[in-house]
Amino acid sequence: MLTFLYKLLLLFVEFFKTGLFAVGGGLATVPFIRDMGATYGWITEFELANIIAIAESTPGPIGVNTATYVGYLVCGIPGAILATLGLVTPSVIIIILVAKAIRKYSDSYLVRSLFRALRPAAIGLITAAGFSLLLTSLGVSANFTRFTFSANWYSLLKFGIYGVFTFFAFWKKTAKIHPLFFILAGGAIGAILSL
Amino acid sequence: MSLRKLYLMFLKIGSLMIGGGYSMLPLLIRELVERHKIITEDELTDYMAVAQCTPGVIAINTATFVGYKVRRVLGAIVASLGVITVPMILIALIAAVLKPLMEYEIVAHIFAGIRLAVCALITASVFKLYKKTVTNVTTFALFLLAFLFVTVGGISPVFVVLGAAIIGLAWGGLKKC
Repeated sequence: MLTFLYKLLLLFVEFFKTGLFAVGGGLATVPFIRDMGATYGWITEFELANIIAIAESTPGPIGVNTATYVGYLVCGIPGAILATLGLVTPSVIIIILVAKAIRKYSDSYLVRSLFRALRPAAIGLITAAGFSLLLTSLGVSANFTRFTFSANWYSLLKFGIYGVFTFFAFWKKTAKIHPLFFILAGGAIGAILSL
Repeated sequence: MSLRKLYLMFLKIGSLMIGGGYSMLPLLIRELVERHKIITEDELTDYMAVAQCTPGVIAINTATFVGYKVRRVLGAIVASLGVITVPMILIALIAAVLKPLMEYEIVAHIFAGIRLAVCALITASVFKLYKKTVTNVTTFALFLLAFLFVTVGGISPVFVVLGAAIIGLAWGGLKKC
């Protein structure tokens, strides 16, 4: 019983640390979790790869999914809950503080000019993230720093499907359809064509 | 907006986002900007910018921001709990019983198709934000530089956000004096 409680506490603390130091979203948590595996023997390298694959293809933030999975493996349902809360708590505290500060100074000239430059850069970053997500989804692996590129015929088919979906997402008559229907249609097409 | 409604809205977003932080963007635009008009596109872009360079999961950071804007601290907590509820239950189920199901080939095919649809939705959403923000040469230069630094340069988004913030501050300061 005591070791169980100790493990729960340890899960919370370890994932709290991860949430505090992993900057850049879900996948940034991976090195921390690998480290936990090495220190406490909670997960093997092979399990970690499986967890990431599952976390990426199920709904929800990848970091949250991974924390829930590891927590469950270590301590069942209580572990899943505490690991996830540990991961989320630093985010919530930090963002509340930042939001407070922004609210307080939102009329200040400097904050406004800060965001004027930040906004286009943020869109550049989102575009880059979307671009790399697209490459992964197409089954293309490309490294722009080393100029390597590889793809297969399926990538071309997938690109065609992506093109059709993009057309519907832009076309005025279909753009207002709820994202859920795009997701359902994507799943159906994936099953039919064995993507 | 009531706390209950806020929770349910983020519950919906959390259960529909597949593929990590950015897959919530089309849902956020649809639900928060267009349907409920809680925040503007500009505010959403600001939130995403800060969410990327602060520690933690991007989706949680964004949810906390929106929740705070609607109902302060309580709203921030409720929105974040909304995002994690369904994924947590689902993952615990998978870890407990459904693991063999994930190994069926058809499941992989379904998710491969879903990802393509999600990418198309993200493309349209990013274009919406782009059209609104990138309106002249300066903003286009900032957009392009940020994109290239991350994709070709392999530089962490954290430094790109910090760099852009410094440029904005310096620019504003220079203009004033």
